[in-house]
Amino acid sequence: MREIEFQEIVEKVAHLCMEANYRIGEDVLEALRKAREKEESPVGRYILDIIIKNNEIANKENMPICQDTGFAVFFVDVGEDVRVKGGSLRDAIFEGVRKGYREGYLRKSIVDDPVFDRKNTRDNTPPVIHWRIVPGDRIHIVFAPKGGGSENMSEVRMLTPAQGIEGVKNFVLERVERSGGNPCPPIVVGVGIGGTFEYAAILAKRAVLRPIGSKNPDPRYAEVEEELLERINKLGIGPMGLGGTVTALAVHIETFPCHIASLPCAVNIQCHAARHKEITI
Amino acid sequence: MKKIQTPLTDEVIESLRAGDQVLLTGIVYTARDAAHKRFMEALDRGEELPIPIKGQVIYYVGPAPAKPGMPIGSAGPTTSGRMDPYAPRLIELGLKGMIGKGPRKEPVIEAMKKYKAVYFTAVGGAGAIIARSIKSSKVVAYEDLGPEAVRELYVEDLPLIVSIDAWGGDLHKEGPSKYRRE
Repeated sequence: MREIEFQEIVEKVAHLCMEANYRIGEDVLEALRKAREKEESPVGRYILDIIIKNNEIANKENMPICQDTGFAVFFVDVGEDVRVKGGSLRDAIFEGVRKGYREGYLRKSIVDDPVFDRKNTRDNTPPVIHWRIVPGDRIHIVFAPKGGGSENMSEVRMLTPAQGIEGVKNFVLERVERSGGNPCPPIVVGVGIGGTFEYAAILAKRAVLRPIGSKNPDPRYAEVEEELLERINKLGIGPMGLGGTVTALAVHIETFPCHIASLPCAVNIQCHAARHKEITI
Repeated sequence: MKKIQTPLTDEVIESLRAGDQVLLTGIVYTARDAAHKRFMEALDRGEELPIPIKGQVIYYVGPAPAKPGMPIGSAGPTTSGRMDPYAPRLIELGLKGMIGKGPRKEPVIEAMKKYKAVYFTAVGGAGAIIARSIKSSKVVAYEDLGPEAVRELYVEDLPLIVSIDAWGGDLHKEGPSKYRRE
């Protein structure tokens, strides 16, 4: 059984929190540059120029791209043959979030109770952690800070099997149109189809994390991704919802088998600050 | 690119049109969800607001913490729509400008027309570049709210877009319908 020191995980998670918030992925930056070329609206182009410049400044000055440094969301794959020495993996991730958000000057955006108290926990904990047990002796951690503005525009809908792919397309388009400028377009649209009520949402969130430019391996879904991207960009919403020809940078679909009676569908909207970083320990 | 200064006069407000790009200089106050809720509670109790409101501009932002030697951390706008239930009352009291992102509801736009106010869009998610325009920051109320505390900022050439003007012009509606295809 391989052992990893508790403190090593704390340090690495803290570093991950800062890196993800300071530096946007090259795929996103490239997509934003292409969007700048394609955008027809002068206001839209002006906004995209600011967004691109902002990413450069954040990277250079080690500053958060966006002040909303998000809910700390983790996808953690834990090998069956690895254990943490000196504490639990869960506690190490919590401690890493505390340290990263404190030392990285990241905003603490979590309140302790959703309805009554709404008191800031002041260290951005607790994170949301999605666990998987996998073969091997490694720990793979994906960190994806999620801002409130775009998360608020996300939705799960239980479609009927008869509604099929047209039902999925209509739901995605309706959800994006209704979101308008609120989620800070140009957006990345994550679509989860299948599974159960809660699993569709997790699929949609994983879909957001796929590199921009990647396609669903099933050509039928890849075609829907392309069609939806084109139709979303014809909605006219544009950068920050002030009108334009670039509303989304990508549409990603992830699927899972589902019940004979069901067709769950989830749409997770991601703002242009599509931040995520990963690490294997 | 127009350069404008706070406090905003009716003359300046009447000259602005949805779609104008402006650079704003002067004092602005920050307030978002929790601070607005407290503003309303204070007004309901018949108390004064903790900030001057006449002619002023409120920026909907909860900034990231400042690094040593910096006045503020990343400071982009939050979604304005959540402040819609509170905004008309503040506009009636003399609030002249709001900075945020996303569309506003009809009662806000009606109040803006009636009392002459303007709504600016700041580029969401551009927190680092906006922080460069903020030259000073101090908490003036509700310190216990952390990132949601009310701050007085001095901004210099803050890049904004007039997205709803005092004449009812609304780029959130006009922009998308102009670029809609099919």
